[in-house]
Amino acid sequence: MNMADKSSADEPKTHRAHLLICAGTGCVSNRSFEVRDALEKEITRRGLANEVKIVATGCQGFCAQGPIMIVQPDNVFYQMLTPADVPLLVEEHLVKGRPVKTLMYIPREGEPPVPKLSDIDFFSKQRLVVLRRRGLLDPEQIDEYIGREGYRALAKVLTEMTPDETIQEVKVSGLRGRGGAGFPTGLKWEIARKSPGTSKCIICNADEGDPGAFMDRSIIESDPHAVLEGMVIGSYAIGADQGYVYIREEYPLAMKRLHIAIEQARDYGLLGENILGTGHNFDITVSRGAGAFVCGEETSLIGSLEGRTPEPRIRPPFPAQSGLWGLPTNINNVETWANVPVIINRGAQWFASIGTESSKGTKVFSVVGKVSNTGLVEVPMGTTLREIVYDIGGGVPGGKKLKGVQTGGPSGGCIPESLIDLPIDYEKLAEVGSIMGSGGMIVMDEETCMVDLARYFLDFLRGESCGKCTTCREGVAAMHDIVENICKGKGKPSDIPLLEELAGAVRDASLCALGGTAPNPVLSTLRYFRHEYEAHINDKRCPAGVCRELIHYRIDSESCKGCMACVKRCPEQAIHGKPKEPQTIDGNKCIKCGVCRESCKFQAVMVA
Amino acid sequence: MAKLKPQDLDKIADRMRRQMTLREGAGRARVTVHMGTCGISAGARKIMTTLLDLVQQEQIDDIILTTSGCAGLCSREPMMTVELKDNAPVKYVDLTEDKTRKIFSDHILGGKIVAEYALGVGSERES
Repeated sequence: MNMADKSSADEPKTHRAHLLICAGTGCVSNRSFEVRDALEKEITRRGLANEVKIVATGCQGFCAQGPIMIVQPDNVFYQMLTPADVPLLVEEHLVKGRPVKTLMYIPREGEPPVPKLSDIDFFSKQRLVVLRRRGLLDPEQIDEYIGREGYRALAKVLTEMTPDETIQEVKVSGLRGRGGAGFPTGLKWEIARKSPGTSKCIICNADEGDPGAFMDRSIIESDPHAVLEGMVIGSYAIGADQGYVYIREEYPLAMKRLHIAIEQARDYGLLGENILGTGHNFDITVSRGAGAFVCGEETSLIGSLEGRTPEPRIRPPFPAQSGLWGLPTNINNVETWANVPVIINRGAQWFASIGTESSKGTKVFSVVGKVSNTGLVEVPMGTTLREIVYDIGGGVPGGKKLKGVQTGGPSGGCIPESLIDLPIDYEKLAEVGSIMGSGGMIVMDEETCMVDLARYFLDFLRGESCGKCTTCREGVAAMHDIVENICKGKGKPSDIPLLEELAGAVRDASLCALGGTAPNPVLSTLRYFRHEYEAHINDKRCPAGVCRELIHYRIDSESCKGCMACVKRCPEQAIHGKPKEPQTIDGNKCIKCGVCRESCKFQAVMVA
Repeated sequence: MAKLKPQDLDKIADRMRRQMTLREGAGRARVTVHMGTCGISAGARKIMTTLLDLVQQEQIDDIILTTSGCAGLCSREPMMTVELKDNAPVKYVDLTEDKTRKIFSDHILGGKIVAEYALGVGSERES
């Protein structure tokens, strides 16, 4: 990229307003680039191009409301923008200085709109450490990163600290791996540093594979230099000269921004030879993965980087002793690397003051599922599930009841509603049978069937098992078939003890964490929701009304007004009756798709 | 592109500070030009342009310029409100470009209220 034609290289102009429009993947797929183009056109048409600057930022977190935009210095938050909203917005807010209420966030129906970002619970209840620059800078401009403390931590370690002091600082901070297992980062670095070898590697694991998780993706999209800076600091501490970012091909935007960031950092001498004139040499290569879940496992990832089939291997030797190409190798996840610069800048003590006894700092979660405010959330370790689901997430939509929260992705477990006040850290989650994982969090309401959920994760895992260990390859598939049969109403009472037995074998006899944790979805749902399995098996009934073979739809003749809305939408013409009279469903034709239930305004469609 | 030395990071950060201040909504002073229909027709746009030029010329990085709607006193437009950090806001009325320049140097930069152009100190009470 030619740096000369980037505006950042010139003297920045004075603007009276910055429009920070979200260009994270969520908002982009909701067409935020079209909104940006419309804004550019309208602002030019109005002659405001010299006064108002448009900045495309990384993910700002409130993905449910996208495309979103923040207007500074007014701190006004706009949501769900379309190109059609742009002329009004420019006329009112930017020409006349009147923020537009109709485009603001409304917490609950009937409540007044909230103009200021800082007054919206979703934002105000979070604590940003890793994401502290989210939405505040253009991730494709290195000068904006440098303008906000960027590369200061690197300059500090290179000029004022020895590698051992750097490792000590990370150790004292209490930072633990954010990829899942929670291994102490400083200790990991120390092992790699002490490992003999003249050339060493560090790897950034950006192979985020949990369904519904997008923390690492968003960190790279919104603040790629933070990851790079963390890696360069790590390279100095460990004594590594080569770095790799292993990222999945299906993250095109993250990959693009990563490439731009690496180019810019090289141009500035922040990567390559003689970094910042201090004699330290380190460069980073981006390696694209094809998106296999098993590549999140360190030795599989190394195999994939070397061009081999990604299969885990026996440890020891650990990667720190013999990793990529046989060199001592240190692997950390994206979020772990992004934590490093702020620890150096603000100090280990500051970082260690956030969080719980055993888990320091914050954690980024992608909160999805049956929750009003889906999005990217960063909170201190020790925050309760209740705070995340209700205060930040805005609760379960549609007046439904919360059933539980699934954390940790396919390797994680389900936490029931009764444990909603659980403070989240590595140990507390393990105690209740789940894991931190990389930070996926799926909120489930009363209409989620726990047996079906276990079936879903087993289906995912049997496809992602690399097949090396028999227990994982055959065991997970066998567990899947049993659970699927239960969902179909073909379960036997002996299935539950069989599942538990298989789970033990898969957990104990598989080489890597994929197999080791694969039974978690079954074990945790059996632990807290055994009655649902029993209802499926003994009563041939799905209490949540999800498993198709076990439910049937009927229309309540008292509530049905005969509006015919369901009749018109039924794809099988299975609903009959006269207008303004109660309708009936033909059970032989009904495919149980649920469209009638969604379309009924009178809650007259019943599932049993 | 020249390779950076540690001290070059400070230079870039200084250059970027103005933009960053604006995005944080915090600065030494906040100047609001009232741009309702009345303000615009009385010439508020020229006042805004003058202010933007002054900030650019003087290389100032911690003053926020912004707009708001009609201040309610349409006959005295163009108007602006100058709010220095930790001080009560001051409203100026019947502005011209020359008056704006004087207010900029004396009040915004110098901290001394230009009494002859000022309407009053303080804002209306908010209920």
